[in-house]
Formats: sequence, C-alpha cells, structure tokens
Amino acid sequence: MPPSADTAATGAPAPAAPDAGPGGSDGGLRLSSLTKRYANGFTAVHDLDLDVPRGSFIALLGPSGCGKTTTLRMVAGLEVPTSGRITLAGQDITDRRAHQRPVNTVFQNYALFPHLDIYENVAFGLRRRKVRDVESKVRAMLELVELDSQARKRPAQLSGGQQQRVALARALINEPEVLLLDEPLGALDLKLRRSMQIEIKRIQVEVGLTFMHVTHDQEEAMTMADTVAVMNGGVIEQLGAPAELYENPRSTFVANFLGQSNLIEGRVLSRSADVTTLDMHGITVSVPTARTHTDGDRGWIGIRPEKVLIGEEGADLDAPGNTVPGGVVSDVSFVGVSTQYLVRMPWGQELQVFSQNTGRTRMFTVGEKVELSWRPEYAFCLDINQDAAAGVDDGETR
Amino acid sequence: MTAWLRERMVLLLGLGVLAYTFVPIAVVVLMSFNEPAARNVYSFDGFTLHNWANICEDAAMCEALGLSLRIGFLATLVATVLGTLAGFALVRHDFAGRSSANLLIFLPMAAPEIVLGSSLLTLFVAAGASGLLGFWTILIAHIMFCLSFVVVTVRSRLAGLDDTLEQAAADLYATPAQTFWRVTFPLVLPGILGAALLSFSLSFDDFIITNLNSGNETTFPMYVWGAYRVGVPMQVNVIGTIMLLFSLAVVVTGELVSRRRRRALV
Repeated sequence: MPPSADTAATGAPAPAAPDAGPGGSDGGLRLSSLTKRYANGFTAVHDLDLDVPRGSFIALLGPSGCGKTTTLRMVAGLEVPTSGRITLAGQDITDRRAHQRPVNTVFQNYALFPHLDIYENVAFGLRRRKVRDVESKVRAMLELVELDSQARKRPAQLSGGQQQRVALARALINEPEVLLLDEPLGALDLKLRRSMQIEIKRIQVEVGLTFMHVTHDQEEAMTMADTVAVMNGGVIEQLGAPAELYENPRSTFVANFLGQSNLIEGRVLSRSADVTTLDMHGITVSVPTARTHTDGDRGWIGIRPEKVLIGEEGADLDAPGNTVPGGVVSDVSFVGVSTQYLVRMPWGQELQVFSQNTGRTRMFTVGEKVELSWRPEYAFCLDINQDAAAGVDDGETR
Repeated sequence: MTAWLRERMVLLLGLGVLAYTFVPIAVVVLMSFNEPAARNVYSFDGFTLHNWANICEDAAMCEALGLSLRIGFLATLVATVLGTLAGFALVRHDFAGRSSANLLIFLPMAAPEIVLGSSLLTLFVAAGASGLLGFWTILIAHIMFCLSFVVVTVRSRLAGLDDTLEQAAADLYATPAQTFWRVTFPLVLPGILGAALLSFSLSFDDFIITNLNSGNETTFPMYVWGAYRVGVPMQVNVIGTIMLLFSLAVVVTGELVSRRRRRALV
C-alpha cells in the first residue's frame, strides 16, 4: 500500500531530510548508532544499527531486559534516545514527538480507551488527523478483523482475543509507515496465540505494511517474521531469516536461545576453505568453514539435538558423518513425536539427542551403550570465550 | 416457629437496619406535611400542604438557605478547580516536597473541625479582618476544608489511570492538549464530579467552622440550630425533603445512565 496523502499529514510539518541514508531512501526504517542510557547509568540499548526494508516483518527477539522494548519505544517516540538517529521513509524522525510520527503501536496491554466504544477506538487516529470517510474506513477495518458486529460495545465487554484485534485495527487503520507490536500476544492463551500469530502474519501480507514485532517467544518470532534480530544486553547478537539463525548461529547465546544446542569443546587441527577439522576429546570431527565463527585454535562445536543420530555400538549410522562412540544413555523421555535422550560421553558431558519416532529404530534404555553420529554440514563452531550456557535459561522461561 | 425465624433471620435483621436508617428521614418527609397546633410542638397534629405552598413564610429561613446555596456553589466550584489542578500536580509532576505535600493534604481532614474553625477565626482576627467576618470568610473557610477532599478523590482516580492510555493517544496522533481533553479528562471526570458533589454537601452541611467565622451572617444549618430553641418552622422539613429528592434524583439518574449503557452493549 503506498503512503497516502493523509498518512504523511501527521499534524506537524515534515522536515526535509537531506541526510537520509541508503536505508532510509527506500522508505524503510533505519536505526543508526541508536543508544539509550537511563539516568541511573543503565544502558538499555547500545549503539544499535538496524535496517528494516519497507514492507518487511521483523521481530526483535530476546530475554527481558535485552533492550527490545526500549528500541521499539524509541521508534514510537515514547522514549528519547540518548544518541543516534532514527530515519523513516527517508526522513529523520529522531526529534519528532510521538504524535508527529507516522508510526502506530499495538501495546502489550492493548491500552484501549475504556470510555470509548470499539468504533471510536478504531476511529481515534483518523479523527485526530481529520481524515475523511472515517465511517467507511472504520467499517472496512472492523470487517478485516471480524469485529463489525461489536462496533458499539465498550472494550471491557470483549474477550482478550477480541480486544487484541481492536488494538491491531486501531493501529492498522492509520496505514503507518511502521506498525509496532509490543508483545501483543503475551496475555492470550496458547491456542489463541497460535491462531493470532497466523492472523497477524496474514494481515501483514495483505496490507503490505512494515511490521516490527517485539517478543521473547522464539517460536512466535520464527513463525511470524521474515527477519529476526536476536537481542541480548542492548545489542543485536545476530540478524537473519529464522532458518538461517537456527541452522547457523554465530554465538552461544543465539545457539541456546533459539532452540537447544549441544556445545562441545574442540581444538582446531586444520582449516581449509571448505572444512575445518577439530579434535573433540580425541575424536576428529569436521565443521564447514563457513559455519566456523572463531579464529581461535579452540572452539565450541555445536550441534542441534535433532541432528544427532543414535544407534547401537558399532552401528553403521550415517556413513559420511562424524561418528562419536562411547556414549551411555543416562535419561530417556518419550514425548510422543520424538524420544529425547541424554547421553553421557566419555569426557563426562551429557549430550541431548532428539530421535523422531519414525518406527525405524528401536528405543534405547537407560544404561545402554550407544554411538552418536551427525552430518558435518549440520555442525557449527563458536568462539570458545563465550559462555556455553548463555541464553539457556532465558530461552526456556516463557 | 424457630425454624421459620432461622430462615428469615438475615432478612429481618436487614429490614431492621433499613428501618433504623430510614425512620429519621421518613420523619422529615412526614413533618413537611404537618400542621402544628402550636409553634413549639413536635407532634404530627394534622395534614396540610401549607408548608409546601409557603416555603418562604419565614423570610429569614429562605435568606439563610440562599446564603448556604450561594456559598455551597462557589466553594464547590473553586475547591473543585483548585483541587483537581493540585491532584494532577501531585500525581503527574515530580517536584521537591511532593511526598510531604501528599501527606499534609490529609491534615485538614484529620484535624477536628472545632480546631480548624477556631484557628481560622484567630487568623482572621489577628489579620485585622474581624470586621469583615461574613460571606467571604465563610467562603474561604469552606473552600479550605473542601479542597482536601477534592485533592484526595481526584488523586486516587488519576493514580488508578493506566498511563499507557495517554501514550496510546499520543501514538494515535493526538497532541498533548487533545490527549488531555479526549482521554485523560473524560476518564478522571467521574472522580471530579464525585468530588464536587461531596464538596457541596460538606459545605451545605457545615455548622462548626461556619458558626465561628460567620460574623453576622446566618447559613441554613445555623438558622435551624437557632430556630430549634424557639420552635422550628415546618418548612425546614420541606427543605430537608427537597434535598432528599434531589440526592435521590442524582443517584437514580446515574444508575439509569449506566444501566442503559449496559443494555445497549448486550
């Protein structure tokens, strides 16, 4: 949807932005060296750079306190950055106040006006900008979110899911350059949350606006967004498509926060353009050099639990794989679609193995000796100086 | 018999409490239709509409009533405006001495009226205004004691207001002024109206502080107090009944509005 004339007319004269960078010129959102330091000395966001192309759906993902909400609030104009610039649709909006920005927010608690009915809540932004055809626009928007029959009810009469849709409609109707979503699904139960994720994604594709979504739920981020920015400690740890982040994490935090990872210490034996070979407690394993994110002579060899195959001692698991013998099953949990094993290795570490219940392999029992194997192309290698447990708890507490 | 009583105990107790509360009010309504045999009689001697038809038979009573209404309206207006502003300042602005101001605002409510009244009189006299005691000193006194109630009511309403609502308004292109008039004010308004009603009834009712600072003026409560020594005119009961009807009308209207709103929603 192109920016309509009334979207640009947000009350204040739009200052020309001759210094709009390449990121801003395509109409997207650009954050440059954005920093937020509070009076008590806490740095919530540190020197953050981010380019969000127009029409894309980006998720800021991270544990609480990682700076994702502060970043969103700075874009909305509800927090003033300590330094750095925010460029939107080619214009520098850093110094504009919240009501002067072509940005709308879906708040975490929805923040619907309790004294206005649903219709007036949705019409609020249009009325402030004196847009014409309020009636038909509001009707169309209420239809889009399937609330046309509830127009004259007050927010308190609606269920949580309906309120959530009102909040979405109230923001969407203004056709903002960027729609900000601040953990909007946090208060809904799991089932409703899943259907709303799909619903919001559908609407985003339909209206073609730029969405920026803040969440601590990795599944939500991966389901909805085209691009996920994993944030930790006020900086972006890694930015990329969900599959890319999951398959090729560049830090232990990302490896642990997005899903689960086995991280095993290894010593680099040789490095070629394609393959890096490492000594992993006496076993030689290889990792693609493109997925080796350390220059040191040691590193964390990472492998996702579902990429690890498990078999009896001496079994021919997967010929071209890295074969790791000498494991003993120490725990078995049957979870229906898969069986999750903990396997104690000769060097004392317990590795996680998720085995799909395809019926082709039998289940193993505690105390059995097993052999593990994985294809080298699934492994990755991370900087040994990073904490192997970074992001572990954060990822699991929802 | 005991089983019958046990089943209806709560109901009977409830009716008893209601009677306890409403009998004095019923007496006021009844006496407004009384035709007393003598001026100093406190019994119902006969039914008449004379009192209702001639409310201002005693001109002094209506004069006192007029004074009380004027003071009540003015005190309510000034106290509500000042108190609302103070309430906003105490919740929304961080300034040196805010916490002590929050505490001190309770003082006029906690202090005994007789203390407030006499100290105010001392103040007026010490300031050389003893000759000016009258309308303006009553008004100043009433604004003073109404103010605390308004501040406390508005403050608690405002403190309960989710500030993301104002952020949402700003996010939806409302200027700070529009945010105030379209979101903040309508949401705080019930608190302000409640505070205004409370102020009016406090002012209309007040006897102790008023009596000490009124000079030669006589408000309605002072008139009733004085009249009881020589025989109170039955029209006092008419005024009491009118006040009762007025309060009832306010309550019923409020209830009807909210009920109709609720029905429109279903």
